[in-house]
Amino acid sequence: MAFSKRNPIETVVAIGIGSALFTILGRFGSIPTWIPDTNVETTYALLALFAVLYGPLAGVLIGFIGHTLKDLTYGTPWFSWIIASAAVGLIIGLASGKVRAVIDDGDFSFKTIIRFNLYQIAANAVAWFVIAPSLDILIYAEPANKVYTQGLVAGASNMVTVAILGTLLLAAYGRTRVKKGSLTREA
Amino acid sequence: MKARMIAYRHQDSPIHRLGGAAKLAFFAIWSVTAMMTYDTRALGFMLAIAVAAFAVSKVKFADYGFVLYLILFFFLLNHIAIFLFSPLEGVKIYGTRHDLLHLAGRYWVTEEQLFYQFNIALKYMTVIPMALLFILTTHPGEFASSLNRIGISYRIAYSVSIALRYIPDIQRDFQNISHSAQARGIDISRKEKLLKRLKNVVGILMPLILTSVQRIETVSAAMELRGFGRGRGRTWYNARPFRTGDYAAVALVVAIAAVTAWLTFRDGSRFYNPFR
Repeated sequence: MAFSKRNPIETVVAIGIGSALFTILGRFGSIPTWIPDTNVETTYALLALFAVLYGPLAGVLIGFIGHTLKDLTYGTPWFSWIIASAAVGLIIGLASGKVRAVIDDGDFSFKTIIRFNLYQIAANAVAWFVIAPSLDILIYAEPANKVYTQGLVAGASNMVTVAILGTLLLAAYGRTRVKKGSLTREA
Repeated sequence: MKARMIAYRHQDSPIHRLGGAAKLAFFAIWSVTAMMTYDTRALGFMLAIAVAAFAVSKVKFADYGFVLYLILFFFLLNHIAIFLFSPLEGVKIYGTRHDLLHLAGRYWVTEEQLFYQFNIALKYMTVIPMALLFILTTHPGEFASSLNRIGISYRIAYSVSIALRYIPDIQRDFQNISHSAQARGIDISRKEKLLKRLKNVVGILMPLILTSVQRIETVSAAMELRGFGRGRGRTWYNARPFRTGDYAAVALVVAIAAVTAWLTFRDGSRFYNPFR
């Protein structure tokens, strides 16, 4: 099943429920590491998975709406990072058409893992090494070395998180799909 | 796990009576204005309005007090980080240097740095009350119709409405799943080693996400059966017509944005410079 034929209503619902998941995992699903102030944000593994499954529009809007709602439950929307989250969803969604097709056919291989990870690393690099710090400087006029350091740490940690959790989630989801051509006609 | 979230509570005040669309437009224009300017006078003026709006709204401290500590904590952390990374950022921005105190090495306390960080603090303090006020005084059901009203496609407005509707459900699912996982000895707290913890998280995420994918299929099938997306627009149960107060609120924020833009960019710099 090609993605372009996916039901647009399903995209609307996926954006809604994906954003709700993003908000909840953003609030409760971060795991502190031994580096102070750096968390493994499991919510980005979810964003990557949904961007793959439901496409770029869902990716960008889950990133944007989910992150905004998450920030609003704390009381302070941090717009530069909200836009960076949206960019992660957009780029992974745009790049992953092939991954999506393969997974929908229940045909998940090592090549798919490599492909998915290349896309997610590129997406995280653009979002956290370029977009987030640049917007921090543009909007909040914060010191360049501070925001680039924050971006580097956040980006690297998100890359690792999505590489481990995202891949595991994708593989587990792939196993729930029925493999194409797995049925044979009895004589 | 029992962390509370700030949420709407029914009360009666002039702010509560404003329509959702007016409040959303107000908050959006307000945030963009606060992001744009670094002019101390404009920010101070906006802060005064924000505090006044807060007083008028009669929201109770108990409804939002618990997030203030969190905000304050990140706020302090951020200010310390700014100083540690760039103690002379203010000098760079304002172009003069008035030393007050020498701490160690390259760490000087300067008037310019203090003023710069004071402005950052002001920038946040103008947005935080409005964000809190928006969440505390806008009924979630009205939120979606407001998005549609200010020109966003009703499909996207509906997505936001679904998100708000399912946040409590998903939070409950998440708690149930993680409690039952913990009962089976799957620990995701600090006591477990990091790699093991990550592996355990997958055990919680997987059922949560798979049930959500199923839920997406169910909900979208139900919506399809009811003909969602058939028409060019839709009506909203919670929609409210614009009233005088709504027009006044939007006019006020547009005026603030215009004056701020004029004040900020009049001299060609975002920063108000008292040192020259």
